[in-house]
Amino acid sequence: MSEEKLHAAVQAMSERFEAEVEVFRGETTLFLAAEKMPAAAAALRDEFGFDNLLDASALDYWPETPDLGRFHVFYQLFSMQHYAMLRLRTRLDNANPTMPTLTGVYPNANWKEREMWDMFGITFEDHPDPRRILMPYDWEGHPLRKDYPLGYEEIQFTFNFDEINQRKPNAKGLR
Amino acid sequence: MLDYREPNEIPEEFRHLVSERALRGETMLLNMGPQHPSTHGVLRLLLELDGEIIVNCIPDIGFLHTGIEKNMEAKRYQQAEVMTDRIDYMNNAMNNLVYCLALEKLTELDVPLRAQGIRVIVAELTRLSSHLLWLGTSGLDLGAMSIFMYAFRERELILDMLEMISGQRMMTTYIRPGGLWRDVPVEFEDTLRNFIKIMPGRIAEYRGLLEKNPIFRDRTISIGVINEEECIRWGITGPILRATGRAYDLRKVRPYSGYEQYDFEIPTHDGGDIFGRYFVRVNEMLQSVRILEQALDKLPYGPVRSTNRKYVPPPRAELGVSMEALIHHFKLWTEGFKPPVGSVYTAVEGSHGELGVFMESNGSPKPMRVHFNTPSFINLQMLPLLTRGRFVADVVGIIASIDIVLGDCDR
Amino acid sequence: MGLEQKAGDMGIVTARLEDVVNWARTRAMWPALFGLACCAIEMMAAQAANYDMSRFGMELMRASPRQSDLMFVAGRVTNKMGPVLRRLYNQMPDPKWVISMGDCASCGGVFNNYAIFQGVDEVVPVDVYVAGCPPRPEALFHAVITLHEKVKREKLTKYA
Repeated sequence: MSEEKLHAAVQAMSERFEAEVEVFRGETTLFLAAEKMPAAAAALRDEFGFDNLLDASALDYWPETPDLGRFHVFYQLFSMQHYAMLRLRTRLDNANPTMPTLTGVYPNANWKEREMWDMFGITFEDHPDPRRILMPYDWEGHPLRKDYPLGYEEIQFTFNFDEINQRKPNAKGLR
Repeated sequence: MLDYREPNEIPEEFRHLVSERALRGETMLLNMGPQHPSTHGVLRLLLELDGEIIVNCIPDIGFLHTGIEKNMEAKRYQQAEVMTDRIDYMNNAMNNLVYCLALEKLTELDVPLRAQGIRVIVAELTRLSSHLLWLGTSGLDLGAMSIFMYAFRERELILDMLEMISGQRMMTTYIRPGGLWRDVPVEFEDTLRNFIKIMPGRIAEYRGLLEKNPIFRDRTISIGVINEEECIRWGITGPILRATGRAYDLRKVRPYSGYEQYDFEIPTHDGGDIFGRYFVRVNEMLQSVRILEQALDKLPYGPVRSTNRKYVPPPRAELGVSMEALIHHFKLWTEGFKPPVGSVYTAVEGSHGELGVFMESNGSPKPMRVHFNTPSFINLQMLPLLTRGRFVADVVGIIASIDIVLGDCDR
Repeated sequence: MGLEQKAGDMGIVTARLEDVVNWARTRAMWPALFGLACCAIEMMAAQAANYDMSRFGMELMRASPRQSDLMFVAGRVTNKMGPVLRRLYNQMPDPKWVISMGDCASCGGVFNNYAIFQGVDEVVPVDVYVAGCPPRPEALFHAVITLHEKVKREKLTKYA
């Protein structure tokens, strides 16, 4: 029963919003344009019963190939009535990654989109609360981008012992 | 960070969230800071108070953000699994389980039946340990100190069993891609059977301590109420959804790792309040004991790890006699395995809600993107809904009943 | 012909002031509640009935740093939490000691990245480091006993 509902929803989406369908390991993904996402999500929620947003996050494909788009944003939807899963995915380019927010359709997208802004630098138009959520408020940079360094500390051997020790002013032991 | 701030000065970042009355000074802004005995970790709450009534409550998270997702992209798949234990540190094995399930779905790896049975046993043991810790600490928050000691007494039994099978009390990393790390030792079955025998009696003890207590009932019944439609709108899963009356459990809806063969019920309660969530969790503990017993009875004999040498290292005894085993070992240790290109989403029923993993691979030995869909991040969003109009003293009980783990929330 | 030989059977014992003060400081150190992450769970397990921390006088974890002597930094310290940790340490009155519990607090642990302080001794001075991820409750008690030995060797002029 859930298979037919899912199939009907996928058919309607690909006709109305020009979505490309991809099926991998039994999961269906719809690729849409960024401006059509709120309308598509609202249609899925109202007509086809996909009333639950499970997950929303982004991916970074730096350095990207021209047709791939640097950022991909995905929303994982679930239907509590028919127990069917669907994923919506868009491509955003590097220069100005913005897309309209889905907070009006699914209220729990609020914090997920804040996390996407914090970690990737993707802005969401009309978001009610656009500020950082996981990093400190005055942090610069977007950590989960691929060109942001991991920021690891090197292993302390004898040749860099003093250099690393300077960063630990309170260490009382072997100096 | 200043050590002294002018009174009534609201920092820039919160100005658009507090109401007009706060800016005029009519309501007070109280900071329930990151270090607080009852916030279950480093959570900061900005409470806007009108006397004792809460007008608004703004959660501020990020004090435990560890950058796990970025760190996992710099390690190979097998190495990255070690970091998954520390995401939701109360039910460690479930994080391992969901990561391995996602990897097995991506690579289409087979898992032997004995491994599936033992995975269920370890997952239910960690669910029990998480619920016991929740019971102890939420009792402590509401004022019942002795339940903390009782709950930890049982938790030590569970941690002893986990130490017996994997050597580590909490961060076991026992569940690996393709099965388990190694088979359980001989003493495990008797210890588990003993545990299953005594546990229902102990759970009855906890209920006797709490349920008829008038203070507990006054502090929990009809407080922090949420109904089912709001839960689904806000994406809440887990015991909170089950306490509103909806019997939704991922172990029944999208069963994984052999849960179809076990017979258990989904406890629900239709109050939607703190007492309902307590009731659901305590009954879940009883059902977990039932599943443990069935899993132990139905456990088949056999191997505990897949034999697909492209992903699973060969046993060390084989390295001396087989050239292919040596080559596989070498490739897995120096380069790692390369899953096919694609993305999957897998979820399990964690003890706090639906714990999911979105994994995307681009064919290299390091994951391209691993995103954890953690229940505490989603469940904490509805805290303002639950606390508006309530007293300050209820906030502690409400946070305890949502059962958030900040490592899960901030990753 | 010392004082003790004359008055010893009256119940009088003599000792150095330093020894008495240090002995008293070790007998009931109150920890400040600063559990951050997974190590906090093992700290709670160390406090529970199976491994009992009230043998050392530490069953009472004071929530306010103004009333505590010892801070267990149990868990990973992030960029956002660092200033908070320093502020709490400043609020504790002398004499105060810090035990850095676990790998993440001692050296950054498993996480070597942008978000975690590589050792809490970038922020506060540490007296005892405990290794483990998370350390067993017995390891935590070994750290407490080591701290007691260290305190017994302290000079009176340190906090005078």
